Amino acid sequence: MPVNPQISALRDKIARIESGGRRARGVLPFGIEAVDRKVPGGGLALGALHEIAGGGNGAVHGASAALFAAGIAARTSGQVLWCVTRRDLFAPSLAQAGLHPDRVIFAEAGDEKSVLACMEEGLRHGGLSAVVGELARLPMVASRRLQLCAEGSGTIALAIRRWRRMTEAADFGQPTASMTRWRVSALPSAPLPVPGISRARWLVELIRARAGDCADFELEACDEQGRLALPAELAHGPVDTDARRIGAAA
Amino acid sequence: MLGASAPPPDTPLALVGREGRKRLILAVNAAARAEGIAPGMAVARAQALVAGLDVRDADPAGDDAALERLAIWALRRYSPIVAADPPDGLRLDMAGASHLLGGEEGFVADLARRLADTGIAARIAIAPTYGAAHGLARFSRSPTIIVGPDGMEASLAPLPIAALRLDTATIDALRRLGIDSIGELAAMPRAPMTLRFGPEVGRRLDQAYGRTGEPFELVEAPELIRVRRAFAEPIGAPETLARYTGKLVVQLCEELERQGLSARRLDLLFTRVDNRIEAIRAGTAKPLRDVKRMTRLLCDRIETVAPGFGIELMTLRASVAEPLDYRSTATSLIDQATPDLSDLVDTLANRMAHGRLYRCAPTQSEVPERSVARIEPLAAPIGVSWPNDWPRPSRLLDPPAPVEAMALLPDHPPASFTWGGVRRRVKRADGPERIFGEWWVRDGEMSAVRDYFQVEDEAGERFWLFRRGDGEDPGTGDHRWYLHGIFA
Repeated sequence: MPVNPQISALRDKIARIESGGRRARGVLPFGIEAVDRKVPGGGLALGALHEIAGGGNGAVHGASAALFAAGIAARTSGQVLWCVTRRDLFAPSLAQAGLHPDRVIFAEAGDEKSVLACMEEGLRHGGLSAVVGELARLPMVASRRLQLCAEGSGTIALAIRRWRRMTEAADFGQPTASMTRWRVSALPSAPLPVPGISRARWLVELIRARAGDCADFELEACDEQGRLALPAELAHGPVDTDARRIGAAA
Repeated sequence: MLGASAPPPDTPLALVGREGRKRLILAVNAAARAEGIAPGMAVARAQALVAGLDVRDADPAGDDAALERLAIWALRRYSPIVAADPPDGLRLDMAGASHLLGGEEGFVADLARRLADTGIAARIAIAPTYGAAHGLARFSRSPTIIVGPDGMEASLAPLPIAALRLDTATIDALRRLGIDSIGELAAMPRAPMTLRFGPEVGRRLDQAYGRTGEPFELVEAPELIRVRRAFAEPIGAPETLARYTGKLVVQLCEELERQGLSARRLDLLFTRVDNRIEAIRAGTAKPLRDVKRMTRLLCDRIETVAPGFGIELMTLRASVAEPLDYRSTATSLIDQATPDLSDLVDTLANRMAHGRLYRCAPTQSEVPERSVARIEPLAAPIGVSWPNDWPRPSRLLDPPAPVEAMALLPDHPPASFTWGGVRRRVKRADGPERIFGEWWVRDGEMSAVRDYFQVEDEAGERFWLFRRGDGEDPGTGDHRWYLHGIFA
């Protein structure tokens, strides 16, 4: 897509005004051209808040959302603070998404308010590379505070939105100050010629992006380095027209 | 304290002191008590009763000094507010201290274990008032007891009146009137009782029931570094407290620097005008001598302090101090300095309950729920991770949820399973991954087997199911299916 130089100059100007004179923090690209092209800035902005939720039943258990966040955190380079209220996160799976156990400090907070406080503390410190928090409610004010803390230190903030009941997941439509908002749901994986299970496949939807468009991608789940991948049939062009074709191939 | 010169515990032993011209037994050990010797007996009579009685002179001054040492040990380890309660007790204020050791039960268990390790037989009671705790520790049936505000009256009532710290003459006189328990005494009309026995009985009753306060005489350890500030006018506003906390921290850091030390545990004590003491205790993961960080740690908790009618004395104490080791930071331009997280960890750890801030580490166990150990957040990097042969779910259900599943025995994955009222058809599956019970952990796991399957349903959601038993031998498990985790 040819970019109008005037438009991009204007965008830069707006970004400078928005950041209040602070230095731009750069982005963390996904390393997949099809995805990075759709995300404003070419990747997840560092020093910003990003929200991730699971789709379907994932809104309650948040298993794939946690792995998606772990993959992002794994691709940063320092220590990670992971704040939870429930004790069901299984650390070996984070290691399998590339997040070595030495890199994660877990904080088990009693309630959501303390999760927010812990996240703020971690973001403000500046020595961490990512702060992850599992939250059901994220009011505008709280998200704004997280966003400001993240902007100040350049640490990436990831809020895994996870609710007690499916009906509460409508809360994900409420506006927040986050930079991007993602929804990760499971898709049937590619059949293998032998009995067994291949790499998990996700429908990753970019529901909201500040100064950007929505998009959705069909991706293969995180590997041992936390990298996502395009499914083989999409990466090499669609073979069968019946396959579910989603934006990534466009 | 006899220390190393003490005889073996099965030898009858009595400690002897003088009362006027009589030589009386002051204390006996369990073996001597079993022989029928009790404190207060004349020595000659006791020696006539038991042939091999080991009689030694009591050393009350030495006992008091030893109790003082024990109090200082408790001060460093357990609570910022500790008093020795001669002849045989310690008094600890639990406010703001128990959360660091996993609640009151954890506190009592830890204290009992450590005292037992040093050879001290201890009885421990936690109660809302010191009077109640004192009586319960000495007269309750079980060696450790925790009483909340609701159960206090009920647990105090059956105790004998000796639990009230009254002198022996008063106790004898009350007994003669037929009053044996605290409940009976509390039911008596107060005025005639005060007329006859003086105000002491009523005061002790009120102290036990928490109707009057009881000042603390803090144990003083001269070697602990402390700074204090007295106020002519009592202060109470949180901002004022924070300001003076900052000033005390500066003084303490100067004092620490003079001695080449740094603090591992800080206690900030507020003495109120009504003689009650409020405390903030902050621990640090690494030795600390930084004014800003110390102030931050202490001021974080100022709102937990109830100033009452005002605070007239603030004391800041480094209860645990260590030599500060200087380390060089990255000096070359190429290496990036690894960020120091200790201040973040301190801030978070002092806010949260004990053990809620941790890192995970692999353990030598194949059983999933035992494969994760929690270690200190700032422990040295362990370098190893879990084996990566089999995928592990990101959510682990604890306990595993029983599901209804249909599967071919012995080693086929389930064709479908029902969890939470929803039936899911299994489209793809991988397994079994066989995990054997760990007989060295529990006898019941001698022959136990779990077969784990990773299954994917029609919508692409992935689950981690296991079957108890190997599918053939009922001795290895009852062949029921459980959902243990969710992948995505």
